[in-house]
This record gives sequence, structure tokens and C-alpha cells, in this order.
Amino acid sequence: MSEFTQGFSTAFALIATANSELLAIITLSLKVSSTAVLIASALALPFGAWLALSFFPGRQIVIAILNGMMGLPPVVVGLLIYLLLSRAGPMGALGLLFTPTAMVVAQTLLIFPIIAALARQVIEDAWSEYREQLMSLNASRLQSMVALLWDMRFTLLTAVLAGFGRAIAEVGAVMIVGGNIDGVTRVMTTAISLETSKGDLAMALALGVVLITIVVIINAIAQIVKTTAMRRHG
Amino acid sequence: MADLYTNAPPVLAPASAEAKNVLIQANTVESILPLNVKSLRYAVGAAELIRGVSFVVQRGSRNIVLGANGAGKSVLLRLLHGLLPPSGGQIEWAHSNAQFKQAMVFQRPIMLRRTARENIEFSLRLTQRGHRSRDSRGHRSRDSRGHRISDVASAAEAALDRVGLAHLADRPARLCSGGEQQRIALARAWALSPEVLFLDEPTASLDPTATKAIEEIIHAINKTGTTIIMTTHDIGQVKRIASRVLFLHRGQLIEDAAATPFFETPQSPEAAAFIKGELLW
Ligand SMILES: Nc1ncnc2c1ncn2[C@@H]1O[C@H](COP(=O)(O)OP(=O)(O)OP(=O)(O)O)[C@@H](O)[C@H]1O
Ligand SMILES: [Mg+2]
Repeated sequence: MSEFTQGFSTAFALIATANSELLAIITLSLKVSSTAVLIASALALPFGAWLALSFFPGRQIVIAILNGMMGLPPVVVGLLIYLLLSRAGPMGALGLLFTPTAMVVAQTLLIFPIIAALARQVIEDAWSEYREQLMSLNASRLQSMVALLWDMRFTLLTAVLAGFGRAIAEVGAVMIVGGNIDGVTRVMTTAISLETSKGDLAMALALGVVLITIVVIINAIAQIVKTTAMRRHG
Repeated sequence: MADLYTNAPPVLAPASAEAKNVLIQANTVESILPLNVKSLRYAVGAAELIRGVSFVVQRGSRNIVLGANGAGKSVLLRLLHGLLPPSGGQIEWAHSNAQFKQAMVFQRPIMLRRTARENIEFSLRLTQRGHRSRDSRGHRSRDSRGHRISDVASAAEAALDRVGLAHLADRPARLCSGGEQQRIALARAWALSPEVLFLDEPTASLDPTATKAIEEIIHAINKTGTTIIMTTHDIGQVKRIASRVLFLHRGQLIEDAAATPFFETPQSPEAAAFIKGELLW
């Protein structure tokens, strides 16, 4: 058998037997990325809504920067967090470098702009539609924000899922701040990268298959949520 | 503050009773009408959309702003309701809390992504906030308009029932037909028991039966003391509803008359032509 097909069959065997190393890596990946998504969403959704309903000098610049930061290179984010958390850095005393916490911080920073920018766009569109009605009811800005976030929740969920997709698939940031330590900070992407360079293609492929499956499922959920919402609420 | 008030020693009781009388009196004189509009102007860039409009709206009246497409009717209503900042002139309400005592139904109804009932409940809850009063035990029980807080759900259903849409209570509002949405919007505004109700072409997308029903509702709302300020370009509707007609032509108020004289002896050729159903230009 060629190395290629051999790799695949071993990979599926690893998945089918629920290999414990494989499971540990997948679990940590999911934990880190979903924590990052929760934190980023808790901050980015209100921020995006606030930005959509606010007028201040320089607003357009803030929006432009936010949109630009959607494409932040993960390695640069990793580098920034590394500098921040390294022994000599301003937050070095916390001793967070090379921990899952550091990875959560890096991924949160990475996906905050994505969720915030998408939320801003969604809420601003809804606001231009709802504005007069909410003003007519004397809704405060906070009340309007809450109403819009609630009404657009299904569309916003797709923004959150986009953030999750980005977080779970990135490698640069977690590699730098996590260090890819076996059993501690090794996640799917960093493991794939390492196993490939070591020549252990089976493990790399197994993780690759799982990762792709997760990403596909997330996109499917996003699609279903979107169409269901359209059908249910118009 | 309210707790201090309810726990106040008996010595203060007469004083608080007196305060209650004052409040009751205040309620009766607190009307936001008459509304005094003076030389109102609204411009977007070089376009003068409302050009120096003046009129007075009296309590309990049914005012219809009449005019052709693009005359400025919707802009005028938005200005009066406080949704657009005037470029000049004044909009003087008789009381400073005017913004909390009016409601508006838009030409294109704006429905939240919720059920019909939830749309109305949302409005009721929103307008209750900060205006709640308390009962004798200090419990929040009624809002400024006298709704019981716990009654929001039933108030919403009653409102839908009044416009004949009780059966649509649980349907997502945006999936309702245009005419149904318009009636939900009317129910939503009515539920707030506004002192002034702005209606921007409330029957524009309704069939004759629904139009008749809505016109009856408008009369019913008016009978409860709510002042109506609405637009239409349906002459028949003016005759059926208006106690007073404001004829708007290219942003100018060229006629302001009681309904009967407006139809019998229009003062301007534009109004005369409009009544006869001729094109104005
Ligand atoms: N924001 C705006 N900027 C520029 N022009 C505007 C704006 N809003 C309204 N207009 C113009 O002002 C005029 C009056 O508009 P308005 O919507 O008040 O007309 P209307 O009398 O309500 O007409 P209709 O019977 O069709 O509803 C129209 O010519 C419209 O194009
Ligand atoms: Mg109009």
C-alpha cells in the first residue's frame, strides 16, 4: 500500500477506535475555541450593537479599523499576546504563557473583530429599519440595542459561528502562545503541523478529517439557522 | 423614595392626601394639547419639503392632512411626532411630556421579528419603563396610562381583538399580509392609549371591508378622547372621518378648514381641483 492510502486507513482506525491521544487533543481544541467564542461574543455583540447605534467623530474610522482587523494574521496576534504574557512582558507575572488560558486570550482577540464587525453590520441594517418605530416608542439606546440584538439573534448566531470556525482552524496564534506542549496545550491545528513535520501522517490526517468535519458542521448549522430564521420571522 | 412615602408616620397623612388631590388635578390639566405649529420648515439640502406651515390642533379633533403624492404629508407627520428635526419654526405642545403621550402608525408598518402579540407587548413594556406608579402598598402595579403591569399580555390580546386579528396573535408579524400588518400596527399604537395618534395613510393597503373596519376603529379611538392626526389621499375617507382638513400642496399648507366648508367652498384652485379628482400638474 502506498504511504498515502496507508496513512488514511490508519487515520480512520484512530478515529474509529477513539484513540485517547486524539480525543484529548480534540477536546482541548473545542474547549479553548468555545471559551474564546463565548468571551468574544459577550464582548463583541454589545460592542457591535453599540457601534451601530452610536454617532461620534471618528466612527467611520473605528468601523474601518474593525473591518480591517477581521483579517488579522493569527501569528501576529500570537506574537502580541506572547510579548504581553512573556516573563519580561507587562503581564508576565501572571504566568499564563504556554497555558490554555493564553490560547483562549489569543483566540478571543483574533475573533473579537470578526464577531463585532459582523454584528455591527447586522444591527445597523436592522436599526435603519426599526429606528423610527423605536424612536416613536421613546426607546433608549440601551433598550434599542437589546431589542435589536434579540430580534437579530439568528443572524448574529451565524457571526458567532464564523468566529468559532476561524478560532478552531487557526494555528499561528495558539502555536506561539501555547507552545504545542503535549497533553497541555496541543490542539488539533498545532498537532497536525507537528505530526506532519515528524512524518506521522496518520495522526495528522485523522485530526485533519475531524477538523474539516467540525468546520463543515458549523457551516451547515449556520445555514440551517439562517433559513429557519427567515422562514419563521421574515 | 416610594418606601419612605408609604412608611411615613400618620402625622403626614393629610399632607399626602392633599398631594393626591394636586396630582389628580394635574392629570386633568396636563394635556399636551393644543398643539401649536408655527412657521414650520423642513429642508433637505436645497429641497424645501415643508415651507412655513402654521396651524393649531385642538383636543379631541380629527385632523386629516390631505394632499397628492409627494406633497409632504409623511414628512409633516414625522416632524410633528418628533422623528425629524425642523429646519425652522416651532412645534409647541401644551405640556413638556408630550413625547410620551403620542403614538404613530407608519405608512409602511414596521414589525419586529416577533409574533403579533409580542410586538404589542414589546411596545407596552417599553412605554411602561420609568413611568410606573405604585399602589397603596408600594407595589408597582400600573403604568402611567393605567395598565396593570401583569396585564400586558391580556392588553396585547385585547388590542388585537379590537382590530379583528385575535386569531393572528401568535403569527410572526412579518409573515402577516400588508393589510394585517397595518392593523397590527394600529392595535399596537392604540394599546398605548396615546393622547395624540398619528396615522400615515392607515388604510392605504386595505380592502374596502378592512378600510371600513379601520375607519370605525379610528372613530372609536377618537371617542375615547384621543386626538387624531392622519394623512390620506382618499377623498371619501376625509368625508367619513375628518372634523378638519389641512390641505398640503408641495410643502405648503394652502387650506385649513373644517371638513364641510372645505368640500363645499374650497378656497384654492388646487384644493378645488383635488376634490374634483383632477390632476394638479
Ligand atoms: N430624506 C429626504 N430627502 C430628500 N427628499 C425627501 C426626503 N424625504 C422625503 N423627501 C421628498 O419630500 C417629498 C414629500 O415626501 P412625503 O413622503 O412627505 O410625501 P407624501 O405627501 O407623504 O406622499 P405619499 O402620498 O406618496 O405618501 C417627496 O418629494 C419626497 O421625495
Ligand atoms: Mg406619505
